[in-house]
Amino acid sequence: MTSSLLLQLIINGLIVGTLYGVVAMCFVLIYKSTQVVNFAQGEFLLIGAWTCWWLVTSMELPFWFAFPMTFVFMMVFGIVLQMVVLRPLIGEPVISVIMVTIGLSIFFQAVIKSIFGVWAQPFPEIFPVKSVDVFGLAVQPAYLMSLVVSLVIMVAFAWFFKYSRMGLAMRATAFNQQVAQSLGISVKNVFAMAWAISAMVSALAGVVVGMVNGVSSALSFFGIKVFPAVIVGGLDSIVGAIIGGLIIGLLENLAEYADGQFLHLGNLYTVAPFYVLVIILMIKPYGLFGTKTIERV
Amino acid sequence: MISSSLIPCGQFKTSYARDTTIFLTPASRNFCILGLVVAMAAPWVLSNYLISLLIQIGFFGIAALGLNILVGCTGQISLGHAAFFGFGAFASAWLNNIFGIPVLLAIPLAGVMTTLLGLLFGIPAGRLKGLYLAIATFASQFILEDFFSRANWFTGGSSGAMAGPINLLGYEVSGDRAFFYVVLAFVVVMFLLGTNLLRTRDGRAFVAVRDHYLSAEVMGINLTKYRILSFGISSFYAGVGGALYGHYLGYVSAEGFTILLSIQFLGMIIIGGMGSVMGTLMGTAFMVLLPEATEAAVSTIKHVIGDIPAVTSALAYIKEAAIGLAIVLFLIFEPDGLVHRWRLIKSYWKLYPFSY
Repeated sequence: MTSSLLLQLIINGLIVGTLYGVVAMCFVLIYKSTQVVNFAQGEFLLIGAWTCWWLVTSMELPFWFAFPMTFVFMMVFGIVLQMVVLRPLIGEPVISVIMVTIGLSIFFQAVIKSIFGVWAQPFPEIFPVKSVDVFGLAVQPAYLMSLVVSLVIMVAFAWFFKYSRMGLAMRATAFNQQVAQSLGISVKNVFAMAWAISAMVSALAGVVVGMVNGVSSALSFFGIKVFPAVIVGGLDSIVGAIIGGLIIGLLENLAEYADGQFLHLGNLYTVAPFYVLVIILMIKPYGLFGTKTIERV
Repeated sequence: MISSSLIPCGQFKTSYARDTTIFLTPASRNFCILGLVVAMAAPWVLSNYLISLLIQIGFFGIAALGLNILVGCTGQISLGHAAFFGFGAFASAWLNNIFGIPVLLAIPLAGVMTTLLGLLFGIPAGRLKGLYLAIATFASQFILEDFFSRANWFTGGSSGAMAGPINLLGYEVSGDRAFFYVVLAFVVVMFLLGTNLLRTRDGRAFVAVRDHYLSAEVMGINLTKYRILSFGISSFYAGVGGALYGHYLGYVSAEGFTILLSIQFLGMIIIGGMGSVMGTLMGTAFMVLLPEATEAAVSTIKHVIGDIPAVTSALAYIKEAAIGLAIVLFLIFEPDGLVHRWRLIKSYWKLYPFSY
């Protein structure tokens, strides 16, 4: 009995972990190309999920149409946010940039709560079946879809950054802004693009989680869980973000297992990632795959 | 420590000692004394509600000053200040309830306990900086919050802890008016200590670490020591502020010290002006009065346009949104804070009518 529970939790951990990985990837994307730590990443999920929910339930659009609409909205949202709020802050100290994103996160969360309320709203059923049988374990189809979608996104990211013109421009900007600019890359566009992509992909994760757990403000907690993931993986490594996400997802579920079976402390799974975060920061501050910065005077 | 470049005529400093006095000019000293006198008289004029707002400005101001020493003067980032604030509140209640230590003694002792905790959580600061430190303190906020809800022996768990009233030589301080004077005394002492700190060797070392830590290290400043020390001092302020908060409410519950409060503390010092002692007080006043102002604005709208039920029911969220918006707008349009604005106003009058 316990071993099947363990297996179920591990599967859960992997699925939730891929979602963490996707959100962490969006976070790293922004950090890598614009040097901004985005504390409002969780709110992207929230806004995306609520937009999609609103389109599906209030506007009564079919899901296949509402989903791309959400994407378009989030793209515009990301670009506008970068242009209006973040652009004036280029070159300001770290604390100012951090505080702006934190301020934004409070603001969006309050606005969203005042519009949609604090209660979780269920997504209308999109898949005909309640759960799918995988190796004798019940897995929700939305989770399976999320797994597939996450993998697709990851492959798409890999292609985008390796072969597409825009992706190469973004990598060049991340490597060295001044050199990129002198080679004719529009750094402004790259910045806006990074925010747009990040907002879009986060919204996707938000919709997927919303389908499973219902849409509520709790979604923004994903934005907080992203920090342990990116620190474990290294702040500026996209591969690291995915692996970090998986590690944190697994760790959470294993902590829950250990908690439920042996320790009986309660609520261990919410704080365990943060202990890991502090430990990693103490012994290996640049994470598993992050680049070490060497400072010279 | 930002020294004003506009010192009135006839002010000559002939020694270093005179150049580093707490008050730059006699006028500024007199102004502060005047402010103190006005504050002393305030409770006899103001309503109870306004006094309670002043008390809030007092204890939040003390904690915010600690954060300003850490963030504004040493250049470290802390996203976990509310947790230390809460620890101070619990520590004071605990010392008072379990050991029967009189409250007035328990408050500074709670500050010392919080200092020890801050030194412990400051250890990562010895190695990390900037972004990584922000994330580490972010984690410490969650770890401490979890500790509050778990440690029944210390915090009373989910039911919270009772904090007794202040007892001064057999006379029990009750009511807002009496408590106001206690807070005022703490504010004066803590702010004088804070200003004094910034003109000592340690204070100058903090500023050096902030401005260019590599140069500071070359000049012989022990980076690790001063970074951790700064955390300790900031936690002391947070602990004292938190203890006052606890004894003012009479009841401490773990729900009050969330990340939102940490962010509000950061908002206070950003809005007031980083690295400025006076600015801290201005920013705190702004942050405490902002929800009240929002409420007043909403009720004015209600009078003018008529009752909109959606707005009334969303009032709590509008207040929250106002906090976020204020931080964002200040960072974009006035990154140096209210104290900068205040200096501009002063210099405008000083240079009038030849402002260039």
